[in-house]
Amino acid sequence: MMYLLDILLISLTAALINNFVLYYFVGICPFVGVSRKVEMAFGMGCAVTFVISIAALISWSITTMVLIPGAPLSSFIAGFFLPEQAAAKIDLTVLSYIVYIFAIASSVQFVEMYVRKYFPMLYGSFGVFLPLITTNCAILFACLTIMSHVTGVDNPADAWDLGRAIALAFFGGVGFTIAIVIMSGIREELELCDVPEPFQGAAITLVIGGILAIAFMGFTGVDSGIRAALMPSVTEQVSTMIPPRPDVLAILDLSSQVRQP
Amino acid sequence: MADSPTAFERFVQGILPENPVYRQLLGLCPTLAVTNGMKPALTMACSVGFVLLCANIVISLIRNLLKPHLRIVIFTLTIATFVTIADRFLAAYFFQMSKTLGPYIPLIIVNCIIICRCEVCASKQGVVTAASDAIGQAIGFGLALSSIAAVREILGTGMLFGIRVLPTAWPDWVIMVLPPGAFITLGLLLGFVNWIGIIRSKGSAK
Repeated sequence: MMYLLDILLISLTAALINNFVLYYFVGICPFVGVSRKVEMAFGMGCAVTFVISIAALISWSITTMVLIPGAPLSSFIAGFFLPEQAAAKIDLTVLSYIVYIFAIASSVQFVEMYVRKYFPMLYGSFGVFLPLITTNCAILFACLTIMSHVTGVDNPADAWDLGRAIALAFFGGVGFTIAIVIMSGIREELELCDVPEPFQGAAITLVIGGILAIAFMGFTGVDSGIRAALMPSVTEQVSTMIPPRPDVLAILDLSSQVRQP
Repeated sequence: MADSPTAFERFVQGILPENPVYRQLLGLCPTLAVTNGMKPALTMACSVGFVLLCANIVISLIRNLLKPHLRIVIFTLTIATFVTIADRFLAAYFFQMSKTLGPYIPLIIVNCIIICRCEVCASKQGVVTAASDAIGQAIGFGLALSSIAAVREILGTGMLFGIRVLPTAWPDWVIMVLPPGAFITLGLLLGFVNWIGIIRSKGSAK
């Protein structure tokens, strides 16, 4: 039950409350670039969701098997050269960025080849977006968030398992799809409007994105509400949640103090 | 090549005429994410500048060895190496800043500015040209970041670099330091820059 609640909250947080695009600003380039038509935006969103889930699977496996101190694979290999105690302390997390970007780039290549060969229909709908995705920050951001929950925790029991990692990545992708599809719907209507000349294109898109972000701020606090409603006894335990950005947290604290004199 | 821009022209172009943020719309993720204050914005600009300069120099040195179909992979791996260096450096000497910037330092790897400059300039030009291009683009990026950060920090908190510039009676527009403010500020500034561009092109056409 606890585990299911955790998964539910991680999914909800990733998809709506701390939306990847409108809260963390990752994946802005396709958000501005590929959001002209709803079909294209939906294809892009599906492609991102697909790749982000695979990248999460790979990066979680690499992190737990190879990178963290005492990981099975790295300590086994180091065991040939070093005494056992030193081998258990091998910490390769400094290599994580290089490993992740390489894993993402190569998995995108393989996914593209596989989809083109076995699912030509699918390739027709979102295959063209696949190469663009390598440089989409959302993918790397999901990998880094997962890494921070596997390596950066004080208590080893709090480290994320594969289920939580996949939930974060998949629903992060869903949140990206939601944001970009809403955006493209608005932009289709916008073509009928009289936008001032300097604002046409990216400028008006960003302003609309700001208004959407205000709307998505309305989800703030839904997670703690659900947690309090379903599990009154464990409201204090928030270690497994995605941490809000520290600056935003400070400001929210500040504004609540102002409101309650 | 006679009409290829020289090193100095490339340097100047990066600052305003081909500003990476306002003109080319590149690197928008850090532009939006870290501009809620001047300090994180300048740290980010310095990190991007360092990575851009080093990556451009290295790519320019090995440009004759690059295979066309593998070049993007080489670019990203080079960039990832320098980003790791920058990240470790910040974590060692500016720990608080590195905590604030969080995942946005590693996200420099997928910053389109750097890949774009490697592709457009460094993989075709000599070291001096590539380096001056990188410095120009980095200054342009820093200018863009600090313009957005100044607007957001002054309106959002009434302070600049943590020093109060507006009177205490100023009601802080908290929304400007929250995520929506980033979108709106960048959108309006982008519109403003386009407007100036339109006015200037009309003026020169007359």
